[in-house]
Parts: sequence; C-alpha cells; structure tokens
Amino acid sequence: MQLRPLAVCAIVFFTAGLAVSSFAGFREFIPGLLQGAAITIQITIGGCLLAVVMALIAAMAKMYGPLPLRWLAVAYIEVFRGTSALVQLFWLFFVLPHFGVNLDPMTVAITALGLNVGAYGAEVVRGAVNAVARGQWEASVALNMPRALALRRIILPQAFVAMIPPWGNLFIELLKATALVSLITISDLTFKAQQMNQTTFRTIEIFTIVLVVYLALSVLITVGMRTLETFAARGIARGR
Amino acid sequence: MTTPMVKFDNVTKSYGALTVLDSLDLEIAPNEKVAIIGPSGSGKTTVLRMLMTLERINDGVIYVDGEPLTHMQKNGTLVPADERYLRRVRGNIGMVFQHFNLFPHMSAMKNCMEAPIHVLGLAKKEAADRAAELLDMVGLGEKKDQYPSQLSGGQQQRVAIARALAMRPKVMLFDEVTSALDPELVGEVLNVIRKLGTEHNLTMLMVTHQMGFAREFADRVCFFYGGKIAEQGAPDKIFSNPEEERTRQFLSAVLEAG
Repeated sequence: MQLRPLAVCAIVFFTAGLAVSSFAGFREFIPGLLQGAAITIQITIGGCLLAVVMALIAAMAKMYGPLPLRWLAVAYIEVFRGTSALVQLFWLFFVLPHFGVNLDPMTVAITALGLNVGAYGAEVVRGAVNAVARGQWEASVALNMPRALALRRIILPQAFVAMIPPWGNLFIELLKATALVSLITISDLTFKAQQMNQTTFRTIEIFTIVLVVYLALSVLITVGMRTLETFAARGIARGR
Repeated sequence: MTTPMVKFDNVTKSYGALTVLDSLDLEIAPNEKVAIIGPSGSGKTTVLRMLMTLERINDGVIYVDGEPLTHMQKNGTLVPADERYLRRVRGNIGMVFQHFNLFPHMSAMKNCMEAPIHVLGLAKKEAADRAAELLDMVGLGEKKDQYPSQLSGGQQQRVAIARALAMRPKVMLFDEVTSALDPELVGEVLNVIRKLGTEHNLTMLMVTHQMGFAREFADRVCFFYGGKIAEQGAPDKIFSNPEEERTRQFLSAVLEAG
C-alpha cells in the first residue's frame, strides 16, 4: 500500500470520527473513552520501546553470545512466544506478589506486553541480520573490523531497513493486545467501554467508537512505519 | 633471498571429503605481482580467501611478512591464533572482491573512511584527506559523495580498490575483480591496477580471467589445476611455451572463447 491512500484513510476516519462525535448520542461517551485511549496509547508506546530493546538484546545474544547467554535468549524467546499474553499478564500481576514482588498495574502491562512482543521481534531481528549479504561481512573482515564493529556500523544499519515492515505488524499486534490489560484493573479503552456499557447499556454507540479508535491508532502506526521506511531506504540500494 | 611477503607452507583446505587445495607450497616476494589462473574449481579463489582469513585452513601454515597468519608462537610451538593476534597480522592484507561489496548505506568517501577511523584510529580529518586522495587516484574525485547505487560497476570497483588501499596494506588481493563487469568497464579497472603496480610498493596476488592483462602485468603466473599448482613461471613462458598438457588445454580453451 502506498502512503497516499493511507493518508486518505486517516482523513476519512478522522472526519467520520468528528461526524460521529457531533451526534449527541455518541458525544456523551467520547471524553471517557478518550481517557481510556490515552492509557492504551501509553501502554502501546512503552510496550513497543521495551519490545524493540528486548528483541535486539535477545537476537544478538542468540546469534553471537557465549553459550550460556545463547541458552538464556532461546529460553526467553520460547517461553514468551509459546505462552499466552494473557497468562503472562496474570502471572506477573497475580503470581509475582506471592514471591514478594509487587508491581503496579501499568508496569505489569508494559513489561508483559513488551516482553511478549519482544520475543517475536527477536526472530524478526535475526532474520533481517541473516538477510544482509554475506559479502558485507567479508568486506568487513577484509578491512580488519572486529565483529562487534562490523555488526554495529555495517550489518545492523542495512538490516534495519528490512526490519521496519515486520515491526509495523508487531506494533499493531501489541496495540490490539493492550485490550487484555482491562483484566488487570487498568482503565484502558476497552475497560472504559465495558464500564460505560454496564451503566448505560448503549452497546452500539460505545463499541462502535471503540472499534474506530483502535482502527485509527493502527492506521497511525502503519503510516508512521511507512514514513520511517521511505526515509530509511533513501540512498540505500541494499547490498548484494 | 629476502623474507617472502607471503608464504604458504604445505597448506591444505578441504570441505568434508572434497580437497580444494592439496599441500600448497607458494612463496611470493615483496613487491611481486602474481597472477593465478586456472579452470573453475581448481582452488584459485580459495588461495586468496584463506590469506584473507575468510576460510579456515585444515593443515599447514600461512606466513605473512615472516609471521604466521593463522597461528601464533606460544612456548616455542605454533598454536591457532586468537582474534587479537589475527587482526594484527591481517592488517597487512587488503582484498578487492568480484562483487565489490561496497557498503550501500555509505557514500564513496564514507566507504573509504569507515575502517581507517574505526580500525586504525585515524582522526576524521586525516581519514577524509586520505580517502579523497585515493578516490582522486582511481579517477573518482568528482564522485566522492555518491552512493554505490549511483555508480557504475566499474566505478564501484574502483571505489572498492580505494577503500582497500586506505588501510595501507602491504599485500593486495584481487579476486576476479573484472568478472562481474560489462566488457566496456573492464579497462578502467585494469588501468587503476596498472597504476598501482607502477606507483606503489605493493605485493599483488590476483585471480583473473584476463589473460592479456596477466601476461602484460604479472611477474609470475601460477596455473592451478585440481587444488595444486600444475605449472608456474614467467608469463611469456606460460603463455607461449607451456610445458604441461593441462596448461595448453586450458589456455587454448580460454583463447578460443575470446
């Protein structure tokens, strides 16, 4: 998909949102739901940042680390990919206190979702690094670069471009997974919606707004990642 | 005789059951230009790749300027080299590849400055001066801010030569550096190599299919066949009067192809 159709989509959603919010029936729910959306956005941003950091660390450890570190990375990736995000949330929120670790709900939400998506991201990073042409490593050796330097200055910048589209997918996955945090007492968008629904029973209006808000946020992520990709790919024809 | 710049002492390389190089002995004097020719699969590129430490050797020792490359002295015996030792000796060698392998995310100038700054520890200004001078030497002074994707194959290969020279190696390896080029771009790359030969004190080892160039430029030609040097000598002797039947066959096949 090109950037322009996406921008058009965003504008359509925005105008639709405005139109919807001008109906009195919808308007009364908007402020409350936007409060929830703010929490959702915070968790998404925090989770995405943690996911990127964890993915880079885990991928590097798995590919180049000494043996114990490699095992640790593999264990992390398998555990967090192989169990449900909801169970991970519950575990951090309800089980950890039994071991004397009490985390506030927002920390739990960002940690659990960041670690979960980071495990998928590690494989994205690994794939992108492996896809950089072998000749780039060989040129680095011929210029006598230590491996860490070659990785940092030559390989990762090229892998970065290839990583952007799959990261866009993961960020959207993370955004949608934030709906789970309503189950650990956080008043995010979904939590607010359920709360209002229980007092007003205006199901149609409430969940239509919620749908549009999630969609708008994910389109925003897509547009952002496209822009980043265009920017990063400028001047780079990937090496062979 | 002076210490050879490069010495292969009984070097063997195999992949599983396939022996690519069989007990190779080869000495190259300082400043000597050696062309390696031979049919594909004869192990000629492997010679360069082992010298650049891109391939491990299975047996034997390679010496560079009198020092073992892949091994280091420890309590009087040779043990496999560690990374630090390897990097010190490897610094004497530069290599140019068939497919250029330029860094696509850096301009020609940055390609030539990257390793001098981060490996040799040169100041940015000094590295930039050195890179500009070398790009001028290969005739690309005007193109120094272009990215590899904006350059022709011949230009990219000349940047690659400048990049390797920026590390001030004593030995330069050329691995079929014109094989990936359109015919009309071959000349500009060979001219740069000619210029290097006359203006710099460099030991050069080149795998090539350009027989005319090998004959005119090299001090010695080695014909590889089946993982061994089947015949070697002065270019005039190898090309005009080869002793071995296999050499004759190879040369007539190559010349027939034009």
